[in-house]
Amino acid sequence: MCLAIPGKIIKINKDKSAIVDFGGVKRSVQLTLLPVAKLGDYVIVHAGFAIQKLKQKDAETTLSILQKAFNN
Amino acid sequence: MISQLSTQNSKLNIMEVCGTHTMSIARHGLKKLLPPTVNLISGPGCPICVTPVEYIDLAIQLSSINDVIVTTFGDMYNVPGSKSNMAKEHAKGSDIRIVYSSHDSLDIAEYNPKKEVVFLGVGFETTSPTIAATILAAKQRKIENFSVLPMFKVIPPALKEILNIKERKIDAFLLPGHVSTIIGSKPYDFISRDYGIPGVISGFEPQDILNSVDMIIAQIKSNRAKIEIQYKRSVEPSGNKTAQNILKKVYKIVDSNWRGIGKMPKSGMTLNKDFEEFDASKRFKLKVKKAPEPKGCLCGKVLLGLKAPKDCALFGNACTPGDPIGPCMVSSEGTCAAEYKYG
Repeated sequence: MCLAIPGKIIKINKDKSAIVDFGGVKRSVQLTLLPVAKLGDYVIVHAGFAIQKLKQKDAETTLSILQKAFNN
Repeated sequence: MISQLSTQNSKLNIMEVCGTHTMSIARHGLKKLLPPTVNLISGPGCPICVTPVEYIDLAIQLSSINDVIVTTFGDMYNVPGSKSNMAKEHAKGSDIRIVYSSHDSLDIAEYNPKKEVVFLGVGFETTSPTIAATILAAKQRKIENFSVLPMFKVIPPALKEILNIKERKIDAFLLPGHVSTIIGSKPYDFISRDYGIPGVISGFEPQDILNSVDMIIAQIKSNRAKIEIQYKRSVEPSGNKTAQNILKKVYKIVDSNWRGIGKMPKSGMTLNKDFEEFDASKRFKLKVKKAPEPKGCLCGKVLLGLKAPKDCALFGNACTPGDPIGPCMVSSEGTCAAEYKYG
């Protein structure tokens, strides 16, 4: 249940929610718990909320591992 | 790295506290990669598994009220209450909807102004701030037909209780990554300070977990006991202050009942006075009826690391993921489910 997935913020909406790209899958995410997040940032998302910023390199590593896991 | 993992002669008991760790360890067969002297034990790290039977019964009670929509994370859907579960009630016609985020429940409430929408509020410190933020949004957006049935758990006090069990021998903790993203490392300091036990906050990839075990062994070999962070890409010592402030704003700390374990002091959170209007148990004046655990189920002892899944006579016979009896077999992060699938 505490699984959280990294993604990239590709749009910030007027209501301070964001559109996050999870390696191709795009979803609306709340930024309430991470108001410092900006357009282009990589964030860790849990249950529809960004909870922490992440370096691009770390995010891409995790996403590629997840991609491999799903393909298997 | 595996070759570097060596220990002293006696068995080293490391308890992993997070269900996602349990699943990652099982899925990647990490136990087989470790020396036989390293013993990984699962702790009470699956929030669904520690949710009491009575809570499921309350959720079912709610779902039977006319014009109530119950929304829940998918993990809760098959967890057995004393007589039924959410899936069976849904099949019988109750309006029960699985949501990805508590925030989706707010939208459901807005689209259904003549109905009451109740979200099942379970989870540890990773999840509870997301639900607190949703309650704040409900207040701000003046959505009055939304409420939460609260059963939030707090990890550090539970670890203290586990350490106080005399027959429980734990040499180190593999601490949860995303709970710690929120609370930071400081709330665990008592583990090393008062009990002389090391703890490492770990990420979830196989290499994270092996690296964390390595860090634990290094501490033990050099006779140190500290709380260290392996999962530095996500965890800062002070945690996420915004989330912590939202937790403090919406909730208060209470004693809480953990399924199969019992009541533990200050190990839960519920809505505080300012947000009581969003507490479904008050809004619907629900009464808790004591319910027994399923006969023969050892989930309580499994959650404390006192028994292994295969010690339970029901495991793999009467209790399987397809027809689970106890919560450790229901949740995808449960110890019994992990053992059944990958053991």
